[in-house]
This record gives sequence, structure tokens and C-alpha cells, in this order.
Amino acid sequence: MTATCTLTDCGAAPDVEYSMDDYAGPVARWCPGCGDHSVLSAAQRLLATHQMAPEKTVFVSGIGCSSRFPHYLRTYGFHGIHGRALPISTGVKLARPDLDVFAVMGDGDCCSIGAAHWIHAVRYNVNMVALLLDNNIYGLTKKQTSPTTPQGFPSNTQPRGSILPPMNPLSVTLGVTNASFVAQTADWAPQHLYATLDAAYRHRGFAFVRILQRCPIWTASLFRDAVQDPAKVEVLVHEKGIHDATTEAIHTNHLDHDPSDLNAARALAEEGGMRLGLFFHDPTNACYDETRRVPGYTPEDRIAILKRELDRHAV
Amino acid sequence: MTTPTSAPVAAGVLAPESTQVLHVREHCVEVVSDSGEGAQKCGQSFGAVSAKMGNGVWTVEIIPAEIQPPARTPASASGVRIRLGTQAITNWGDHAELVVAFNEQVLLSRHRQEALADDAVILIESMWAEHDNDSIRAAWNAAMEELSARNYRIILVPMEERCLTVVDDPRRGKNMFVFGLLAAIYGRDTERCKAQIAYAFRKKKPEIYERNAELFDLGCAWARENLPFRVEVATEPYTDDMVVMNGNTALGMSAIAAGMDLCSMYPITPATSVSHYLSEVFEDAGGIVHQAEDEIAAVGVAIGASFAGKVAFTVTSGPGLALKTEFLGLAAMTEVPLVVVDVQRGGPSTGLPTKVEQSDLLAVLYGQPGDAPKVVIAPSTIEECFHVLITARRIAEAFRCVVYVLTDANLATGVQPFPRPKPDSNWMAGPPDQDPVPEGARPYDWDDRTGLSRRFIPGQAGGMYTLTGLVHDEDSKVRYATGVNQRGCDMRSRKIAVLQSTLQPPKTHGESHGDVLVVGWGSTRGTIEEAVDRLVSEGHAVSSANLTFLSPLEPGLKDLFARFRSVMTVEVNFSDEKDAPYITDENRRRGQLCTLLRAQTLVDIDCWTRVPGQPLRPADVADAIRANVRSVTADANGDPS
Ligand SMILES: Cc1ncc(C[n+]2csc(CCOP(=O)(O)OP(=O)(O)O)c2C)c(N)n1
Ligand code: SF4
Ligand SMILES: [Mg+2]
Repeated sequence: MTATCTLTDCGAAPDVEYSMDDYAGPVARWCPGCGDHSVLSAAQRLLATHQMAPEKTVFVSGIGCSSRFPHYLRTYGFHGIHGRALPISTGVKLARPDLDVFAVMGDGDCCSIGAAHWIHAVRYNVNMVALLLDNNIYGLTKKQTSPTTPQGFPSNTQPRGSILPPMNPLSVTLGVTNASFVAQTADWAPQHLYATLDAAYRHRGFAFVRILQRCPIWTASLFRDAVQDPAKVEVLVHEKGIHDATTEAIHTNHLDHDPSDLNAARALAEEGGMRLGLFFHDPTNACYDETRRVPGYTPEDRIAILKRELDRHAV
Repeated sequence: MTTPTSAPVAAGVLAPESTQVLHVREHCVEVVSDSGEGAQKCGQSFGAVSAKMGNGVWTVEIIPAEIQPPARTPASASGVRIRLGTQAITNWGDHAELVVAFNEQVLLSRHRQEALADDAVILIESMWAEHDNDSIRAAWNAAMEELSARNYRIILVPMEERCLTVVDDPRRGKNMFVFGLLAAIYGRDTERCKAQIAYAFRKKKPEIYERNAELFDLGCAWARENLPFRVEVATEPYTDDMVVMNGNTALGMSAIAAGMDLCSMYPITPATSVSHYLSEVFEDAGGIVHQAEDEIAAVGVAIGASFAGKVAFTVTSGPGLALKTEFLGLAAMTEVPLVVVDVQRGGPSTGLPTKVEQSDLLAVLYGQPGDAPKVVIAPSTIEECFHVLITARRIAEAFRCVVYVLTDANLATGVQPFPRPKPDSNWMAGPPDQDPVPEGARPYDWDDRTGLSRRFIPGQAGGMYTLTGLVHDEDSKVRYATGVNQRGCDMRSRKIAVLQSTLQPPKTHGESHGDVLVVGWGSTRGTIEEAVDRLVSEGHAVSSANLTFLSPLEPGLKDLFARFRSVMTVEVNFSDEKDAPYITDENRRRGQLCTLLRAQTLVDIDCWTRVPGQPLRPADVADAIRANVRSVTADANGDPS
């Protein structure tokens, strides 16, 4: 996501230097060991790296554990309603192209109640970063099945095991026309997580990042194997992809994948498995916030248009 | 077969030499065709020219329920009613006195809806009477039989035959022929009519205009040679510059005039045409129409934009309003300024998509779970539609609240001339405040007395906060401590009372005291006032009041009501009939404004409401008021009732 450089943008306090702490809000109240903590740290590091002005940055979220995210940052935040982070973010960005916009969603938020908005946000391809914090469960409301819960995994609403095969957020996103950036990372691979957020931020368009997120309270068993055995994870590598030496050293299973190849990306996503990296990237796709941008106006311009319109309707 | 009393007459047998000229102060004409034959374009053009010539005009669309209803069926009736007057016309009136029908089935539809005056003159396409197809002839004969119950004067017009001299497919063209008929009958200026035709076909090739102008001439000529009557509705030239448009176009212009930059919507009748109009012109003025994936997203995008400093609006109708509910609660809770336009239609559910109703008032007022105070404004004329978003945006920003604008299908499609507004840069929103927030300022720095606070806008240094729909304190921090919710609710509610303290008591139409006061809101205003005028001319002490603000209610209502012996509302929404089975004074469900006013004033207000799927008629409203007057005066005289 690239911020449009308007004059006001460039004039913003060049002498201030923001440290990670400058972006820190109150102490995050997620459970100890919750993967959301690590996403928050990565986001703070990203903000500092790019020296984003806190007042020019907006984090929007829905409702859920993960959606508490904006409260723990010192930027502008919008803690919205369940499932609707994306329409709100779209509105912010349409009105204010000068702001950097991030949406933070849970798997219930994005893939269930907000699924229609997710699909259409991918189509709009508005310049922003969308983070799906996927713990495969409804965390806040205490362990109900989510669209990404693995089949057979018990919850309070499906105690004999999740009934349906899980939805694959990567293939769903890649299936939408105009998808432009689709990546997967994991909270327990902080370097890779950071590198992915950085690539997402630099992307022009709607950057969709699914973050595999541990919830030690409700789904402790789900990512345990992958966390304990780096060999269970495959890292996508390519010169056009996300590159992080630490991750590539820890996880020796590498898969060469060219992220400009949509068909290969779809096939790879469809296969499932624990793969981290950039599945697809096309920065040339049309961005709705750019296509819809209209020149500014003065009140006099508007009055002239109104007069023209009144003339057309004159008696 | 009995001979119809109103047997159709071929126009040729009439003697145009002895042309009668009817001099009237007002006249009501309808044009009806099968859907797709263009009666609406014809009627709207005629209405526009009449307004331009100085007549008061009100036009109402007659809309078929389906997109492609079968031709030659009553369900297919599509058209316009145009009511013309010497003075301003504020409603669609009672009955049509002249009807031009493209076939007998669409005419039957109007007859069955009792839309026509008993002695209406009907001009009807003659081709069906002698049609080759037996069943069509039989249908024609049956229709004439049914129509003979009234004293209609039916005149046959060879529309198809005449149009065939110019076009191959008269289904595309009869409408301009009929425009010509009307122009001749009402003495409309040919130049203006031609200019109107050019406007109607502005997006088509020039040949199309020429062919339609020729059909228009043909219609004029035929009427002059064959019709033995003319109607003259005297015009009084306007002293002001005037404009003419429908309510939805006026709302679109209002958004531009208010300095808004974003209309975020999802298509729904009868609201959509606001966005159709805006889509054509908004970008020239630096704004956009965003068609979202659904109504939830539409309001979400508007809220996002408003949060970011550019007050946006969303426009919808009943079913869409229902979907927006949760977001509207969020906007109330977080004090994000927002304007919501609800162009009401019949409900519940999909209801009557194209028809007028005033049934969303209580849904708007009480539709969100929890306490969600808001402002509700109802324009009552097309002119008010032009100004309403300017007021709505200002209030939304000054009071950090959601402002609902309730119009309806009648205002949406009704066309009326009004004095040309003079656009003013003060109507417009300024650019969002981007100055650093003052040291120590808080995002909800509620003034204890008024509940008002200044809002922080992204981009303002030092103002960073996280807006949340959870219970929050002055710093926008989530807090569940006792007292925090009470205070937030208090502050949000207080603002509505503060706004009320700035409003004027409603003015009465007529005397400020008397026997019966009729209270209404929105598009029924013209109809109610006309009905009241009729009663006053009969010698009754009746007045009316129109409420523009429904939340907060305008001040002084209790005093006003006390000056009348009886108060009733007239509304286009449902109420139980008093004498219906099981209905008692206690369980009776009353009109929505009536319910609200009773609760707020403790006055025993009565109501007369109807949901006919069409605007109320002054005659019916007058009857309802008359009944009320009778019971009031009977009570006063001690008559047993
Ligand atoms: C309209 C609505 N429906 C239901 C809820 C209750 N609710 C709150 S969060 C949530 C699901 C949370 O799961 P997820 O989105 O995966 O986020 P997580 O807590 O796991 O981060 C639900 C169902 C709500 N707040 N609003
Ligand atoms: S319940 Fe799970 S997702 Fe929620 S805060 Fe605790 S660990 Fe994180
Ligand atoms: Mg979850």
C-alpha cells in the first residue's frame, strides 16, 4: 500500500523521529501466549520503519479478540462492529486518500459475518492492508466453530466436531477477480510476519494477509505441531516473493513459487498445507480509490455546477 | 347486451366548429399506457411545459408493479397524473377529469381504482374496437360495458393509424402524438413543447428528436381538427425565477449544495433515482456515488468517510434501512455525524416497492437496540427536499449525531415548480479540521449541560484515539464502571433537547384555535391543507399543523393542542379502525405520529390513516376531518352519539 503523496503529506513534520514506543498504546489485554501480541509488535515495527505519522494512520477493526487491536496502538483507530471493518476502511480511504489504512479482522469477522465485504473489498482493491488473524475459532465468544475450524475439531456449538470442511481463505481470495496481493504468515514466525507486513504495506492495492494465529485458550492443539517442528512448514521462496533469511534458515522446506503466476498461486493455495509466503502479487490491478478519485473543488466551483443544474431545471 | 350510457364516440362525428372552451382554475389529467409505451415521458413533458408556462403543477407517476407486465392488462397500467392550476398545486387532487388511454385495459385499471371523475372525458386509442382478433374485440366490449356504469364521455382517437404515417412501430411514438393532443387541448406553447421533446431525447440521435417532433405536430393537428373542446387553466406568470423537478432530483442537488462528497448507497426503489441523478453530475462537482455491495456496506462506507472528516450520506428505503440498523446504532453510540435519507415505501418486508407510505417513522426513532437518540426531519414539499440536506449536514456536524431525512415515494416522483434557490457557499461543509488538537482536549469532551463536544478527525496531530461502539468514557476508553454508561447515554440524549431549544413551535395553517386541529408530516401536507381549506370554506373551525422535526419534536405542541377541542393526525400508515372486531380504545394500534404525540404530550389524539398504495386524496381527508368535526360538535351540544 503506497500513500499518495500530496503536498500536505510531504510537509508532515519531517524532523520528528518515531520510535516503536511512540506507537504503543495501553498494555494489550490478550491472554498470555496469544498470537495477537506478536502481530501487534510487528505492526509497531512496521509503523516505525516507515515513520508513519500516528495521526495519519488509521487501524480499523470489527469485533472479536483480534479486533481489540486498534486500542493498543497510538494511531487513530476505529473499533467497529462485527464483520464490518472493510466497509469502514473503504469509506476512510475513499474520503481521505492521504491516510494509511489497515483493517484487522478475526476469522469469524472476515470469513463468516463479513464474507460479502471481504469478497467485494478484494474486487475494489482499495489501497490498504487487510490482516486476517486466523485462530480457527471464535475466541471472544468462547469457542464456537468458525468457517476455518478444521473438520472434526470440537467446539461449544459443534461438540462432536466441526461438521463442514473448513473454508480456505487463500483460495477464496485468489478466486476473486482483481485480487492483487495474497500472502500467508504465522504469528510464531515474527521475522516472516514482519517481512510480510512490510511487503503488504508497500503494495499498491488491497493487500490481504492471512496470519495463522495461536489461541492457547481454545485451539492450543491446532498449530502445535507446526510450531514445534519447523519441518512441518513450507516457505515460499522467489526473487519476487517475500524474503526473510531467518525464516528460511529455520524452515528448511522451501518451495519455489513465482507470485506473479495466478494459476500456480491458486493451485498452491488449494493444496492446503502449512505454507508461508507470498502467493500472489500484481501491483498493476486497478484500485477503486484511484479510479474514483475526482478533482477537488472550491465552493465557487460547486455553485457554478449547481447553477448549471438549476438552469437545466429552470421554468 | 345493454347499450352503454357512455358509448364511445368516434371523434369524426363531433363538430369541432362548435368548440367549447372550459375555463377552470385547475384541471386534472392522466395519461396511461402499457408499460413501455412512454406515457410517463409524455406526461412529464406536458407537466414540465405547463409549469414553464406559469401553471401550478403536481405530477404523480402511475407505476406498474412489475417490470414487464403483460401488455393490455390492468396490471400493465403505467403513466402519469398531472394536476394543473392557476395557483400552486400541492398534491395530486381527487379525480382525473381528462384521461388519455392507450388501450381499454389500462383505462379499466384506473376506473377500478376510482381514479376518474364520474363525468371524465376519455380519449382512447380506437384500434382495439375494430381489431381483427376476436378476443381483443370481446375484451374491448366487456370493458365498455363495465365503464358504462359511469357517465364518462369516451372519444375514440385513431392514434395507431395516424402514427403509422410517420413511424413503423407506433408503440414507440404514440406518446409524443398524445403530447400533441394535450398541447392542443390545453393551448400549450409549441416552441416550449418542442424544446421539451429535445430535452427528453437529448441522449438520442437528432433524427429521433425530429421524428418525435413530427408525431407531436400530428397529435396537435388531429386534436384541432377533431376535438370539440379545449381546457383553459389560466396562468399567472411567476414573479420569481422558478425551477421544476421531482423530490429525488431535489435531494441530489441538496447533497451538492450541502458540500457533501460521497453518496454511498445500494439500489432500492424508490430511493435509487437520487443516486441516478447524482451519478450523472456529482463528479463534476467533486463528489462520487459509491454503489456498495449491500446496504450494510453502504452505511459502513459512509460512516468511515464521516469518521475521516467528510460527512457522507446514504440513501435507502425500508428494507435497506432495516439492514443498516446495527451500523446506525454504532454511529449514534460513537457520535459520528451521518445523514441517512429514507425514501419511504409501503412495508413491511418488500411490501409495496413503488408506492407511498409513511411507515418508517417509529422504525427510525426506535429501530436500534439500546438507546440511540437521533434527529429526524421530514421535508413536506419538493422545495424542502432541495434544502433539507443542507440543514441535515449542519445538524449532524454541530451535534455529532445521525440525522434521518424521511421522504417518500410521493415526494420522490412528484414534480412541482418552486422558486429557484440561490446557492450559497455557506451551505457547504468546509474542509476537515487538520489543526493539532488543543493540549488536554479529549475525544468526547462532553459539555455537562449540553452534551456537545468537538470531534477529532484523523490527520489532527495529538488527537489519536480509538473510536469504539463499546461503552466509553471521555477519552474513548472502554469502561464498564457504574455510571459510565449512564453518563454517555445522558450526554447523547441531551443534545437532542438542546437542538429542540433552538426550534420554533409549528405554525398552523388556518386559525391558531378552533374545533379540530389536523396534524401531519411529510408529503401529505398539501393534501391536508387543501382538505382543511375546503372545511373552512364550509364554515368549520378547522386548522392543520405540519411537523418538520419528528425528533426532537417541535416545541409548544401541548399548548397548541390545548387550543383545539380535538386533535387528529392524518398519515399514510396503518392504524386499526375504531369499530373493527376486537379493537378497543386500549388495544387500538394508532398511526405512528399519533402514537408518538400521545406519548409525548398525554393528549388524547385521534388518527385517520390509510395505506392505499397511493397518495391520500383531499376529498377523503376532508371526509375524515368532517366526521371528526361532527363528533366534536355533537359532544359539545350534549347530543347522544
Ligand atoms: C452482529 C453480531 N453478532 C454476533 C456478535 C458476537 N460476536 C462477537 S465476536 C464474535 C466472533 C469472534 O470470532 P473471530 O471473528 O474469529 O475473532 P476472535 O475473537 O477469534 O479474534 C461473535 C460471534 C456480535 N458482536 N455482533
Ligand atoms: S481467547 Fe484466544 S484469541 Fe482471544 S485473547 Fe485469548 S488467546 Fe487470544
Ligand atoms: Mg477467530
